[in-house]
Amino acid sequence: MPVIEARGVGHAYGDRTVLRDLDVTLIEQRIGVVGANGSGKSTFARMVNGLVLPTQGRVSVDGLDTRSQGRDVRRRVGFCFTDPDAQIVMPTVAEDVAFGLRKRGLTKAEAAERVATALSTYGLAGHADHPAHLLSGGQKQLLALASVLVTEPDVLVMDEPTTLLDLRNATMISRVVAGLPQQVLLVTHHLDLLDGFDRVLVFDDGRLVCDDEPTIAVAFYRKSMA
Amino acid sequence: MSPLGLYVPGTSLVHRAPAGLKLVVMIAAGVASVFLRAPWQGAAALVVVLLSYGVAGLPPRTVVRQVRPLLWVGLVTAGFHLVANGWERAVVVVGVLAVLLLLAALVTLTTRTTDLVDAVVTACRPLRVLRVDPERVGLMIALGIRCVPVVVGLAEDVRDAQRARGLTASPRAFAVPLIVRSLRHADALGEALAARGLDD
Repeated sequence: MPVIEARGVGHAYGDRTVLRDLDVTLIEQRIGVVGANGSGKSTFARMVNGLVLPTQGRVSVDGLDTRSQGRDVRRRVGFCFTDPDAQIVMPTVAEDVAFGLRKRGLTKAEAAERVATALSTYGLAGHADHPAHLLSGGQKQLLALASVLVTEPDVLVMDEPTTLLDLRNATMISRVVAGLPQQVLLVTHHLDLLDGFDRVLVFDDGRLVCDDEPTIAVAFYRKSMA
Repeated sequence: MSPLGLYVPGTSLVHRAPAGLKLVVMIAAGVASVFLRAPWQGAAALVVVLLSYGVAGLPPRTVVRQVRPLLWVGLVTAGFHLVANGWERAVVVVGVLAVLLLLAALVTLTTRTTDLVDAVVTACRPLRVLRVDPERVGLMIALGIRCVPVVVGLAEDVRDAQRARGLTASPRAFAVPLIVRSLRHADALGEALAARGLDD
């Protein structure tokens, strides 16, 4: 698995400090991140692919610094957001998946083949030419996921991917995620999604307050929120 | 179906025509429309466009859907020209508006956005000397097309939220939240594009 490292990381938006004194090395395949709204967990997730650069310290993925080698980091780290509508760039399903493959030096046939494989893997094969806005919420999130995974990242960061979904769709997404060969860093409020994870980080008020196996970390989180 | 003029899959001659050719025809028609004077010329143009819809296998329903948003603008424009320039000018101006709108819709209805983007990227390549990134221009076209259903969806959300709170229709109470939501969406979209490596 790739190595995600944060060394002396802190972050502030103006006067508001959202993350402080974070030192962590992540090598597990399944890593969960939980915490209250505004606890800094989304900021941390965005740091892993360089969307947010820390105001203090450094973050690296397999030794690649997110500040100086952001481009290489983003090639290796895929990111899935909460709102699928904001991630879908092209009007139809297959085109959106293909969009991520532009400028990757693939021939049209190679790209088309990878798109077709991705669509059938995520159960979207029947929707290839459908307008993306007519998909259900769960299908949109699957599309967003397919569009990221088609570029074959080594790490997948997901920021509350099931928050806007109903139980059925959330379960479907979590099943898909469970089967991925990638290293996954999942930020979530759906604590049952973390069953079978290797490690869970709990953030509170910008600090990493618990870092343990899921049962212990989730119990800690539930107690601290009670 | 597609009330928004978004791609409808098909295998007709119009579908198979190269995207670049379709764009050139559209631009040429736009330029040529300036020279139309007689009502019969406008009528002829309209017939040609309607025939093209037939060739593309699109039903009359689709044609109506494309021109319906033009109704009020068309009526006002027609009224103005009727008073100022006589009925002939009114027919030509409104006819030309309808023809160009239908033609543009025909292009997006029968062309995959990817093909449109590729055509635009190729056409913009010479602009590289002016430090214009052709891929950027292509992305702008794609996002423009994609944003039509998104903003329509946002508008519906705002209207529903207003109804839920029992507010009466006020243009400002509708416009402000719609603009705010659109800007938030733009931010989120920008972040997603950056995450997909677009700025690299």
